[in-house]
Amino acid sequence: MSDLLRNIVRFVFFILLQVYVLNKVPHLHKYITPYIYYLFILWLPFGISRQWLLLIGFLTGLTLDYFMMTPGLHAAASLLVAYVRPFLIQILTPRDSSDFNYREPSPQAMQWTPYAIYVLILTLLHHGYMVFLEWLSFGSFLDFLIKIVSTTGISLLLVVTMELLFPRKLKFRTNTA
Amino acid sequence: MRNVLLFLRRYRTFISFILLQVISLWFLFSYNRFHRVKFLGVASEMTGRINIQYNKVEDFFAMKEENRRLHRLNDSLMNLSSRNFYRHDTSVSVFRDSLPFDTLGHYRRYYLRSATVVYNTVNFQKNYFQIDRGANQGIKDNMAVLSSDGAAVGVVVSVSPNFSEVMSLLHIQSTVSVALKKTGELGTAEWDGNDPRYLLLKRIPKTAEAKPGDTVLTSSVSFNFPPGYMVGTVAEVKLDNATGMYLLRLKTAANFYNLQQVHVVENLDFQEQTLLSQDTKKKIEEPKKTGR
Repeated sequence: MSDLLRNIVRFVFFILLQVYVLNKVPHLHKYITPYIYYLFILWLPFGISRQWLLLIGFLTGLTLDYFMMTPGLHAAASLLVAYVRPFLIQILTPRDSSDFNYREPSPQAMQWTPYAIYVLILTLLHHGYMVFLEWLSFGSFLDFLIKIVSTTGISLLLVVTMELLFPRKLKFRTNTA
Repeated sequence: MRNVLLFLRRYRTFISFILLQVISLWFLFSYNRFHRVKFLGVASEMTGRINIQYNKVEDFFAMKEENRRLHRLNDSLMNLSSRNFYRHDTSVSVFRDSLPFDTLGHYRRYYLRSATVVYNTVNFQKNYFQIDRGANQGIKDNMAVLSSDGAAVGVVVSVSPNFSEVMSLLHIQSTVSVALKKTGELGTAEWDGNDPRYLLLKRIPKTAEAKPGDTVLTSSVSFNFPPGYMVGTVAEVKLDNATGMYLLRLKTAANFYNLQQVHVVENLDFQEQTLLSQDTKKKIEEPKKTGR
């Protein structure tokens, strides 16, 4: 499967998963709203240009917004994720290893610890920013803090589950190939 | 000039980030229930089509219970249909351009259309659901929506040709005028964003008697909701000492988790009533401004 096709399939999968499974989960608690769709942005290939990354992040969020009647909320948050992503990758991957041997971020490509930090920081940013925007229109500050922590927790749980459920077998790319 | 171009080129990623961020924040803050956003209408045509496919699957699993409920409602509606009619005082006014229901001068005031819920959430602080009727089927903004067993569930806020979005009662900006069934005191039902099974009922004075279990109905002073439909039952009575008003917790009559069939209620006098109230405001408030 080509990169493009793979990512289109993923996009549809993540949006449908978010809209028809996670948004429909019976109400657990007012602080807990599970989110997973932004993992799509985290899984985009290393080689993608930053301009494209921004556009894709924006459109992903906007698509979700259309389903949830919150124009701009998720778009703003996933745009932030898309913007910060290249910086994090630059920091977290070894610089001298002649570019990237793997196609896209995964535990296999980055080692578990850097990958976990990568996911944790972006998840925190995404939820922090989104809950902040929600809080501007409604809610108290303590709620805001608790909500960031709890949604981040539940989303990390989901990400780990996704990684374990769908181990992506990535080919090791060499110069000779 | 060249330096400007160089600057733009150098920081183009950051600039496009800021630009897109501003666009999304503009979407976010310019949209609220009073704005009619064009692209949401277009978008709900598309999401609506996907939602219908999903709904076909979901319906299959909950059909039996829903059918039983519908049947029960139909039975009771046959007995109560005169509630939708309203008698005008013919000694004062004789002009009205719709057909009378009977010779006693009852005219149709509320018109119910059935609709199917194709998308619904309860997990957020602003919950909306989507129904498969739109402008082509005569749905307009501000129409009230009742669940299949006749309990208030929301108000239409945005309409596309074949679908409409309904602001659920489980929305922190939703307010519905309600009345206690026993004594008729008026209050407003709101939602605090916490628990989708409970609403808050405010502005009932403490002189009224309210006990857990009391029924709360839609009031007769609402422009969109027809009077006498169930909103919920009182679950908890608290007294707010600061205002001397009750703060009641309401168990909702409708189950928002499994909404499927709903009725969209059109108040045929809606335009007349709102125009009148706008005119009144104009008449009373504008002379004051110009007078001084």
